[in-house]
This record gives sequence, C-alpha cells and structure tokens, in this order.
Amino acid sequence: MTTDHTASSDLGRWAAVRLVAGREISTRLTSKGFLWTTAALVAAVVLAGVVAGLLGNREPEPQVVGVVGDASAASDQLVATAAAVGVTVETREVEDQAAGEELVESGEVDALVTGTTPTLTVVVQDSVPTALEPVLGSLAQQLALSGAVTDLGGDPAEVAGAVAGATPEVTTLGDAPQVDGAQVIAGYLAGILLFIGLMTAGQLVAQGVVEEKTSRVVELLLATLRPSQLMAGKVLGIGTIGLGQVALVVLAGGGTAWAFGLLSTSTLDLGATAAWALVWFVIGFAMYALLLAALAALVSRQEDVGSVTSPVITLMIVPYIIAISVTPWDPDNPLVTWLSFVPFCAPMIMPVRVALGAVETWEILLAAGLSIALIPLLVWFAGRVYANAVLHSGGRMRLKDALAGSKAS
Amino acid sequence: MASLAFDALTKSYGSVQALRGMTFDVRAGEIFGFVGSNGAGKSTTMRIALGVLAADSGTVTWDGRAVDHAVRRRIGYMPEERGLYPRMKVGEQLVYLARLHGLDGRAARASMEHWTEVLGVAARRDDEVLKLSLGNQQRVQLAAALVHRPDILVLDEPFSGLDPVAVDVMSGVLREQASAGVPVIFSSHQLELVERISDRVGIVRAGEMVAVGGIDELRSTGVRRWVVDGPPPGGWLGSVPGVRRVDGHDADGRVVVEATPGAPDDVDQEVLGAALAVGPVREFAVLRPTLTELYRHVVTADAPEQAGARA
Repeated sequence: MTTDHTASSDLGRWAAVRLVAGREISTRLTSKGFLWTTAALVAAVVLAGVVAGLLGNREPEPQVVGVVGDASAASDQLVATAAAVGVTVETREVEDQAAGEELVESGEVDALVTGTTPTLTVVVQDSVPTALEPVLGSLAQQLALSGAVTDLGGDPAEVAGAVAGATPEVTTLGDAPQVDGAQVIAGYLAGILLFIGLMTAGQLVAQGVVEEKTSRVVELLLATLRPSQLMAGKVLGIGTIGLGQVALVVLAGGGTAWAFGLLSTSTLDLGATAAWALVWFVIGFAMYALLLAALAALVSRQEDVGSVTSPVITLMIVPYIIAISVTPWDPDNPLVTWLSFVPFCAPMIMPVRVALGAVETWEILLAAGLSIALIPLLVWFAGRVYANAVLHSGGRMRLKDALAGSKAS
Repeated sequence: MASLAFDALTKSYGSVQALRGMTFDVRAGEIFGFVGSNGAGKSTTMRIALGVLAADSGTVTWDGRAVDHAVRRRIGYMPEERGLYPRMKVGEQLVYLARLHGLDGRAARASMEHWTEVLGVAARRDDEVLKLSLGNQQRVQLAAALVHRPDILVLDEPFSGLDPVAVDVMSGVLREQASAGVPVIFSSHQLELVERISDRVGIVRAGEMVAVGGIDELRSTGVRRWVVDGPPPGGWLGSVPGVRRVDGHDADGRVVVEATPGAPDDVDQEVLGAALAVGPVREFAVLRPTLTELYRHVVTADAPEQAGARA
C-alpha cells in the first residue's frame, strides 16, 4: 500500500486517536445499557457492604447466668473467665434457687449457678448451652483448685495469679495464616469485580470492532485514519471508560466499608487492595482487549464474535474460577502462586492474593512486569492482524492469513 | 490544471484480475461519470484511490503528487457499501467525521449544519441514523462525504436509491462542487443521468478503461448513423454503397441508416441524394447514439471474460 505519509497532515497522529477514544467514551456515557450496568455494580457492592456491616456489627447475644445468693461471690470470676474464652456473660442475682429455676424454665437465664462450694453446681433447662460449656468447665476447675490451695494452707489469690501468668513458650515452624473475614470478602470482590470489569470492557472492544465492520463505517473511517489509530483509539477509549467503571465500584465498596467501620478489626489493607485492583485492571485490559480487537476484526457479523473470541474468553474465565474458588481459602496454594505470575492469568488472580495479604510487593511488581513485558508483542500482533483483517468482508478470515498480510477483498 | 490521475492500476483478487492497467484522469472542476457493468472494476479503482485497498501496481496522483495520507484526508468519499454508525445521531456523526478530517469543533459543527440544511436532513440531526429512511440515510452519507469541505470527491454510486427530487438535489450539489474547482468522480448505472450531468465519461470493461471523453465527443465517435424521414427505403437505399439499414430503429416510417466500416466520409450526402431522388425528405439528421447505446456497444463488443470480482 502506498502509505508514504508526509507530515503535512493537519491532524496529529494522537489527535486522531483522541478523537476516536472520545467518541467511544461519549458513546458509552450516553448508552443506557452501560449506565445501568455500572449502577447495578455500584448498588451491589454498596448493598454487600451494608449487609456485612449490619451482620458484622451485631454483638453476639450475651449469655445470661443467674447466680443464687452465696454463689454471687463468684460472679466476677465467672465474667472474667467467660471473657477469657471470648464469651460475653451477663450475671443476674436471684433470691433463691426456686426463683432461679423459674427463670431457667422461662428461658430468661441460660444457666443458674446455685453453689460454688465444694463444687460448682449449675441448673439448666436441658443441657448446658454450648457457649457456656468451656466457661463453666474452666470456672469449676478454678474453684476446685482454689479449694485445694486453701486446704493446703496456701493463698488462692497468689496461686491464681501464678496460674494466670503461666503461658506456654511457643515456637512457630511456619507463618500462621493471617486470613480474616474482611480479607476473604475483599478477595472475592476483587476477583469478581475484575472479572466483570474486564469481561464487559473486553466485549465492548470486540463488539465495537465488528460493529464498524458490519455497518461498513470502517471504510469511511480508514479513508482518513490509519488502522492503528482506529484500534488504539477504540482500545484506549473503552479502557478509560472501563477503568472509570471499576474505579467507581471500588470507591463505592471502599466507602461503604469505611462508613460501616468494617475494617476496624481487620488486617485488610484497603488502599493497597483497591490501588492494585485498578492497576491490574489496566494491565489485564490492555492484554485481553488487544487480543479481542485483533480476533474480532477477523469476522464481519456480530453473530460470529462469540466463536472467534472464545479462546480469549476461556483465557479469562479459567484463571477467574481459580482465583475465586481456591485463592480466598488457600492463597499460598502452589498452583495459585505460580499462575498469579503468568501473564493472562495474573490479572485475575494477583488482585485476589493482594486483597488476602498473601503477597509481598516485589511479587506483585514481578508479576506486573512479566505481563507488561508482553504488551509490546501484543500491540504488534493486534496491530498487524487488525490492519490486515478489518477491511476484509464476507466470511471469517483465517488468523494465519491476517498475520501474513494477505490482501483484503 | 490539477488532476486526479489514475495510471496503469492493476489489482487481482486471487486468480481474478480486477484491474488491468486502469488509466484515466479527472480534472479539477469537472464531473467525471464512471460507468461499467458490475464487477468491471469501478469500486476497486475508487477504493485504491482512498487507500482502503492496495493496488498491485500503478499509481494514483493528485496534481502530480502521489496520493498519500495527507491528500486522502482531503477527499470526500462515499463508499459503495454505505457506512455510518447506525446508533449515532446524525449531527454528532457528521461533526465527528469532519473532525477526523481535521476540522476544529466549531468549523465541524458549522459545516454539519450547512450540509444537513442543503441536503434536507436538518430536521433529523438529533435522530440516530438507523431511524432514517434509506433515502435520508443516503443524504446523510453524502453529507458525510462533503462535511470536511473536501478538495476531491470520490462517490461510488451516489444516486442509487434516491428519489427524483433527491437526485436533483444531489446533482446540484455535485455541479456546485465542480464549479468550485473540485474534481468529482462518481459511478452510476443510471446512464441517462450520467449523460445529463457529467462533463466527461469513462466506460470501463473488465478492469480497463475502454472509452473516455466528453459526452459529445464520445457520441460523435464510433458508428455513424442518420435518420431519414422520407420515401420508403425499399428502392433507393440499395443503390448507395457502404451503408445499410438498421432494423428495428425506424419509427413513424422513418429509416435509420448506418455507415458500414470503410464507407467514404461523404456517404451521408449520397444517402440524402438517393432519398431525394425518389421522393420528398422531411427530415435528415445525424443520429447520435445515446450513452446507453454507446455503453452497450462498448461493453458487449468482443468482451473478454468478465472479471468476476466485486468491483
């Protein structure tokens, strides 16, 4: 082709790309479908945050233990023991055993302590509530110990102090898993959001390429644009709008989590998780979108987009499934670890591992570097295939022909 | 004077030779009608000029300079396969296309407003293209070719599917553009129309230009014919050597006479004399072939195998 381009063009190379990208962006911003999808994603993540907030902030109901008369001296010890094993206990003094038993039967108290000497005696309706079992068991042992110490002439308080202070010396052979609930949820959300975001934006690229072929407007456009400008503008425009969509959802999710104080007890690094999710969206989008643009250019009808792009879609779905089915529960699984470095898998898996706090920064950078290193090759590949195929009409063009640069017809 | 020159273009699709040395030029300020049967290579030629197709060999030049990307941006193009974004509003779409060709936002908008007004689709600016009738889509398509104020117009079948009023509007626009010095090349199968509005015509057959010239020039070359309204031809015509009667061309008792190859230049005088010798002659006129007749003659004459490719 006579593509000897002189510099006398009054519209710069990038100005044309910007115009194309601008059209893509304004088209999406006025597309009801796109706006509704974005609104639905934001609503879903806010709703999930609200539900988690309401469930998470609710204190477990305290166990109410009735204490009869002379046993009331053990009330403080009971509460302290319960707190030590993570159970909230509320004590309630009752006048006598009969009144206490009535309360047990009516369910107002979960258990009734009737005596502490010589042994702890407890009345319950049918069985000791599960939450109270360790509390009462531990209390009974302490009381027995105190009794024995007193019998031997010792000071129960002194012994109790020594006992309380005794802790095992622990040597850890591996890192304890530090996954908490918020991290698992963040991992899921990161995985799902990236998948939906990348899939949506990727499909928009593929459909956009074919739309221009189907409507034949591509011939009009290519009379003034170079194929590379058209493709670059499309990918950049849709990438920008897709990034905006994902960023909006991340902000909404992060904002909700912050508003409900969901993260106060978590080790989740929300800022890093959100930032890396956006970075991985950009990397992933660049890779998938270039491939999708190239493959979509091979066909001329929307019906054929699905079949021609299915290899790339598979390449997105498989790592995604691994990312959300294995990673949250086993972020250091060897398969997950390896795949999180592999280009085309990394964008789906790495953000989940980041959310779970399972990776060092250098690992993320390495994975990102490996993926980014591949992008120039993808640009070359996509540019070539797209340029050779986009004016081809009729049936599906073979990838080999498009890559070889056979004549368009 | 500047001209858009096509020089010895060749192009083949696989084993099909679509263009075989296509050569002609279109001068600034003229309307050039490009005719030929389907698959003869008209669209292929135009697409090569626009750079959406690469020629195997040959060149396209404008004002002596190879048509490169910068020149192409100054071409207004209407592809054979109409193409606009179906879901984009008419006005936005035209502004976008104008800006792609280098107009700034304000100029693009002004130009869009001008052309939608001229072409009668101003009321549809805020409608999506797919909501327009085919005829109106066609008008928008022409506006798309004109909106960036091109220096050259290349229109592939701009009249197909237009109603007579739209045809008049479109012809008027082409004439106006040509008057402003723009070379206009358009293809069409509506030969009467081509004959009416073109300054020059090129007839293409199987990837080659077989006849090119002004309408009158073309019509006065080739076979010489006369119409004679006079005595029945039975007796007198046979006495003139080098002419023969054309069957099926006489109406109302008139006779059409054709010179056979090798007839002397003044054979018309002999025909007239022979007729007058027999009876009164009420009409004797040179019968110029219409473009349609010329076209049939040229296109069917010992045609080599028709190029089967899409033209």
